[in-house]
This record gives sequence, C-alpha cells and structure tokens, in this order.
Amino acid sequence: MAKVKSLAELKAMREKLQSNLDLREKSNNPDSMVQVKVAMATCGIAAGAKQVMEHMMEKADQLKLSIVFTQTGCMGYCHAEPTIEVKVPGKDPIVFGHVDNKRADEILEKYVMNNELVEGIIPVNYEKI
Amino acid sequence: MTKIKTHVLCCGGTGCKASASDEIIATFEKLLKEKGLQDEVQVIRTGCFGFCEKGPIVKMLPDNTFYTQVKPEDVEKIINEHIIKGRKVTDLLYLDPENKQHVADSKHMGFYKKQLRIALRNCGFINPEDIDEYISRGGYEAIAKVLGEMTPQQVIDEITKSGLRGRGGAGFPTGVKWGLCAKNQADQKYVICNADEGDPGAFMDRSIMEGDPNSIIEAMAICGYAIGATKGLVYIRAEYPLAIHRLQVAIAQAREYGLLGDDILGSGFNFDIELRYGAGAFVCGEETALIHSMEGKRGEPTLKPPFPAVSGYMAKPSNVNNVETFANIPIIITKGADWFASIGSEKSKGTKVFALAGQINNVGLIEVPMGTTLRDIIYEIGGGIKGGRKFKAVQTGGPSGGCLTEKHLDTAIDYDSLMAAGSMMGSGGMVVMDDTSCMVAIAKFYLEFTCEESCGKCSPCRIGNKRMLEILNKITEGNGTMDDLQELRNLAAVIKDTALCGLGQTSPNPVLSTLDNFWDEYVEHVVDKKCRAGVCKKLMNYVIDKEKCIGCGKCAKNCPAEAISKTNYIAEGHKLPSMEIDTTKCIKCGACMSGCKFDAISVK
Repeated sequence: MAKVKSLAELKAMREKLQSNLDLREKSNNPDSMVQVKVAMATCGIAAGAKQVMEHMMEKADQLKLSIVFTQTGCMGYCHAEPTIEVKVPGKDPIVFGHVDNKRADEILEKYVMNNELVEGIIPVNYEKI
Repeated sequence: MTKIKTHVLCCGGTGCKASASDEIIATFEKLLKEKGLQDEVQVIRTGCFGFCEKGPIVKMLPDNTFYTQVKPEDVEKIINEHIIKGRKVTDLLYLDPENKQHVADSKHMGFYKKQLRIALRNCGFINPEDIDEYISRGGYEAIAKVLGEMTPQQVIDEITKSGLRGRGGAGFPTGVKWGLCAKNQADQKYVICNADEGDPGAFMDRSIMEGDPNSIIEAMAICGYAIGATKGLVYIRAEYPLAIHRLQVAIAQAREYGLLGDDILGSGFNFDIELRYGAGAFVCGEETALIHSMEGKRGEPTLKPPFPAVSGYMAKPSNVNNVETFANIPIIITKGADWFASIGSEKSKGTKVFALAGQINNVGLIEVPMGTTLRDIIYEIGGGIKGGRKFKAVQTGGPSGGCLTEKHLDTAIDYDSLMAAGSMMGSGGMVVMDDTSCMVAIAKFYLEFTCEESCGKCSPCRIGNKRMLEILNKITEGNGTMDDLQELRNLAAVIKDTALCGLGQTSPNPVLSTLDNFWDEYVEHVVDKKCRAGVCKKLMNYVIDKEKCIGCGKCAKNCPAEAISKTNYIAEGHKLPSMEIDTTKCIKCGACMSGCKFDAISVK
C-alpha cells in the first residue's frame, strides 16, 4: 500500500473513499436531504423497479445530487408500478407512477433540481398515521 | 455494476460477540450470496452501539431500522422481509416500555435521544478493522493539521482552551498536563495510554478501543508531537483480547499508510506505538504503578513528586492519559477548542461516557454532555428502574466513588458537582440500585474489592481497609455497635490522609458516602438488627404465618437444619396444626420459603 505523504494526499484519499460511506453518512440526517422511496414489492420489482432504482442512483451521482434512496414495501398503486415517492425537505412527499428510466431522469432534473412538476403524479388518496 | 443499496451494521463488540453476532454476520453473508444480493447489500462489523441490554444489535441503513436481540435464525427473515420486500420485521424492533409501541428508527428511541456522541462518534458506525472507513470520516486529518499548521505549543494551547479534563477520573486539565511534560527536556519522552480499565462494571475504554482504535492512535501521535515524544505505549489489560486485536490491526494499517512510523505525512515527525499488556491488577490504573508495571517491576505506586511528566517510564518524561481522553483529541483539533468548550457545563467541558449497569432497564454504554442530570440519565436514557421498582441510589466512580441518592437526582453531573455530593466522576461506571439493595452491603462489596486489589505497599490501605471491612462484616452480622460507626469514620479519615496513592486515598469513599446518605440504614443494622432490603442474611428471620399455614409439613422436610416443627395451634378452617421455625437453629437458606405453596413463609 502506498504511503500517504501529505495532507493533500490524505484529503484526496478521503474524497475517494467517502462514497463507500456515503450511504451511512446520509442516513445520519435523512430529513435534511431529498429522500426517494422506491416501492419494491413483488409487483414493483416485476415492473422493473430494481432497474429503475439502479438507474436513478447512477443519474443522481452524475448530477451530483445527494439523495437517500430507500427500498420500501408495496405502496398500493399496483396499476402504476414502478412507483416512487419523492420527499424534498420542507415539502410534502409526492408519489410518481409508471417510472421508467426516462421519467426518472425527468424527476431528478426537473422536479428535484428545479422544482418543476412532471407527469405521472399520483394524487395522495390516503392519510398516514 | 450494481450499486450498494443497503448497509447492514452488525455489532462486533465483546457483548454482542458473546451472544452470537459473529454467527449473525456469517449467516448474512452466506444468505445474501445465495440470493445474489451480495453486490447490493454490504454487511459491516462495527464497534459497540451501546444498547447492550438488547444485543445483538443489527442496524439497517439508510432507513435507520434498529433490530434488537437478533438471533442467527432471524437473519433469513430480515433478508426476505426487510431487504427484499422493504417491510420491517416488527417483532425484532425495539419495544418502547412506556407506550408498548415498536420503535423502528433508532433516532426516536429514548435511549439515544438525549445522547451526544463525541468520544463514541465512530463506534457502531464504522468498521474498526478498516482504516479507510476512519479516513473517510475525516480521520488522521487532525494529525495532518497539527503537523502542517501548528507548533507544539499551539497544540497544547488549543487543548487547554478546549477545557478537556482527564476522563480517567480525577479530571486534571489535559492541556496543562501536556504542557508540564513538554517543558522537560530529554533525549526520549513517552506518550502512554492508560487502558487499564479496572472499575467494577466499567467498559467504556474497552468499547472505544474495540469500536474506534484509530482515534486513539491518531490522538497519541498528536500528543507525541505536542510534548516532543516519538514513542507511544498503550498499557492494556490482557483480558481485553478483542480490543488488543483491533488495536494491533489499526496500528499495522496506520504503519502501512505511513501514518505511524518515520516521517509521518512528509513532515519529518516520527512516532510509533507499542502495546504493553497488564495482568489486570486494579492498582495498575494508577499512573505510577502503571509505569512500574510496564518497566517489568511490581505494579506498585510511588510517591508523587516526581510526577511522570518529570520522571516516568524508564525515568524519562512521560505523559499518561486515559483512552477516553485521547478519543476526544482528534475532534477537538479538527473542530476547534471553541466548539468543544461550547458543550458541557461551566467547569467540565464536552461529554462523558458512562457504562450504565445495575437495576436499570437499558443497560449499556451512553455518552452525554457534561451537566446532564442523573434523572435524565436514569429515566430518559436508562428507561427507569427494572420492574418499576423504586430508585434508591446510584454508585459512580467505582471503588473510589460514592453513592448518590434521590436528592441528587436533579444534580447536573460534572466533576465538581459529583465531588460536592461526596462521590466522584471516576472512569464512568454507573451502577443503579433499587430498594432491594442494602447500602451497608454495597459499601462492603466495594471495600472487599479494595482489600483484594490493594497492592499492600502502604499500611493505611493494606491494614486500614481490612479493619474497616471487619467492622462492616460485624455490622452486617448483627454484632455492630454505635461506636463501630464512629470508628469507621475515624479509620476512613486516617486512610484518606495517609494512604500513598490516589486509589488508597479514595478507598474509604464508598463507606463514607453511604454513612452520609444512608445513616438510618446503618443505625437500623446496629440498633434494630434489621436489614430493610433483606440482603444481610444474618439479620433476617424466616417466619411462618400460622393463619396461612395448613400444616402440610413440606417446609420441615426441606429444612436441612431441622429447625421447623409442629405447634399446637390449628388455624380456623385447617385440619392440621401449623408449623414454626426455631430461629436459633435456622441457617437462613430459604429452602422452606421456596417450597411453600401457600405463601405462608416470609422474611422479616
């Protein structure tokens, strides 16, 4: 293993290593970050939720967005799988349906970054306790 | 490439390891592989989460789900439900004892709400055997900052300004201690880490070394730079094998990265660390005794001065700090003295780690800002007294400390307030007692410990404590007199004044503080020959309620001392005469009571 020879090298090393711990650091303070919950029940997975989540995580990295991605259970919108819930700090969560790669990109680029609503919003039809 | 979506943190501290956490981790790894999830889920063996009461702990991230008392056979369920289907496994969640609701997110658990983790910042969060994880949390940036931007004097000033005081118990200002050692010129100086944690029930230092060994290494190097030492020594008990292992791994990794050894970070500063093993003698936690033990001599204290800062290990200037003290150093350097000094009370800055034990619901490791009240610690974090019983006392400071009572519950805990209340901070053991504890017996327990651990070098400690213990024995056996109570105070005063080392001088504290706070109980033992908690066997009498006794004679059969016989009295509604116990023959074994099906026998 190469020796670390200066503070700059140490910092560069930290930068490189940080992504490994990213997920843990984010979960320390999830409420201050954009949270995306992907419905991952059987129907969601069958409709491609896994692959969409994967794609979204990569896209978020590309766009340098700090987002907490969580897998969650069935949200009940089986007609609109894959569904995701996006919660921007200080705003009510919004559920998007029929999310494919293209829509996922739109959600990140338009809604998360610029607060523009995009198609596919499912009106919330229940209250959570 | 698939991305990791879930981190599974499994506690790998000694406590959870003892209850199968290794097997849990192995099962996770095996099943994840079978299900093809090994690239999506990362399993990390961390240090202690602190919530030892409910171990083994498994924490799922990013959603902070906190599973308690997980068994290897639960792993499959966690994978199938939580990881694959995104549903929480409810029956493994923490059950709030107050509202009987399951709490999923550890942030909402009473145990964690009032805690502030500085010394334990990485415990239960990183893999202690991977230096990369420490570095990615900003590790070794403090030593880099010190070497690159600060003079040794600036480092000492920064630590002094932070108000950090020795966490080993006495609370001496750390910066001042470093300054004293830095002043002395010598061809070789030493940084010594005191990891000889000996108080009964204390495990703070062990958990820090097990959970975040790199923080100790970095801090020792910073101290070395500040005082002008190139060698560090950790004096650790051989009975901490896991802590030793983790330190060894961390030292080896730090050397590989060039963070220990010659020319650290290209600064020209050299520093390396070696481990020294202790045999687990309590007195070796005293710094002069510790140094003698490291030199291969008998672990006995010597008079100060000379202080170790002048003549320590191998007669060279040495600086001895405790593990928890060191754990605070790197973060003070990176975040600044002002940040640290903003936490805590007026004269005690920062936080303190306590090992919470005894009759309390949440046994475990906690860290709170100085100035937190006992009430918050016991009722909010500790979850109150077990079985809803009544709080009686809390012992802090181990064999050098004392007992605090209900009237101290709202005292803000720091070095000075504990001293004023007749106890001391100590290293952080905190034993909570309810009304089933006899305070005379508690004092006796600590004195027995001191007698056993006294090195025997000075007579006040060796003989004085022995005489005090004899008096306590006499009292708990029902032969005490009021004069004995006075004699205890006299002896205690002499020992305090004349014992050689800090341990001897503080050894009468458990007796003195119980005499002060529980005088009534002592008097009851002496005058009424009674132990209200029912602990002192010689003072108890088993009594048969003749109205309840049906005369079956089972107790008489169980009695090994033939102390139970028939009376002439037949209670109303019963056919046989009731039994009675001859207290002169009774050996108080309790066999009669445990055998009685009619609740007719009780202790009076």
